[in-house]
Amino acid sequence: MSETVDEKIKALEKKVEQLQNQRKDQLSMVIFSNDLDRILAALVIAVGAAAMDTEVKLFFTFWAISALRDKNKKTKGKDMKSKMFGAMLPRGISQLKLSKMNMEGMGKDMIKRIMKHKNIASPEELLTTAGELGVQIDICEMSMDLMGFKKEEMIDYPNLGYCGVATFLADAGESSIQLFI
Amino acid sequence: MTTEELTALTVSKSVDARGTSCPGPLLAAKKAIGQIETGQVMEVLSADEGTRRDIPKWCTKKGYEYLGTIEESGFYKIFLRK
Repeated sequence: MSETVDEKIKALEKKVEQLQNQRKDQLSMVIFSNDLDRILAALVIAVGAAAMDTEVKLFFTFWAISALRDKNKKTKGKDMKSKMFGAMLPRGISQLKLSKMNMEGMGKDMIKRIMKHKNIASPEELLTTAGELGVQIDICEMSMDLMGFKKEEMIDYPNLGYCGVATFLADAGESSIQLFI
Repeated sequence: MTTEELTALTVSKSVDARGTSCPGPLLAAKKAIGQIETGQVMEVLSADEGTRRDIPKWCTKKGYEYLGTIEESGFYKIFLRK
């Protein structure tokens, strides 16, 4: 009799442990690309998830970091290679190009006009909304260093941090949704 | 619920999200739901057909009761109970 109770307790304990290890209602997204269309898709998903009260963590790495630059902020003391990277990459979200049909910016301007006409939120607006909804943005420190970007040229965003791959992996490990864009 | 039943509901909050596209209506609904009490009914007006599928999903997740949708000319009235 007592043995069966013990067994039952053990089984229950195991079940509780399993339940405790369940993934959180959290979305982890790696944003790698700095294509306007991809960033737009990523932000729509991020804001949509936040609207559904899912915790959202965006990990910006490589080219995508250029989308978070503030074109009005100046930096000092960059070496030549960093300056070159800085000059060749977009200064912020408003300077991104489309992955297709960009046509020297004509396609991009057209899409932006259509979006405005159809009341689709712009990437700039989505980024602001994401900030208001508490979406966390973490920037990959290694990529920052590689491209010679400085923290002082990044946008003012309420939940902006810098981290390494371990932070992303730890966050992603406990997220129920993980995406790479 | 039938269209008649939906029309007869006492709506405590109406959210007009017809001027926005995805994810605008969802955001508007999220903002507005805090302004009503549990048990009260909210309607979301959206011209976006996607919202018609999105709102029931959101309801399931948040534990609200999706009541139904009335199709008007050019937009949808989506009803839910908090």
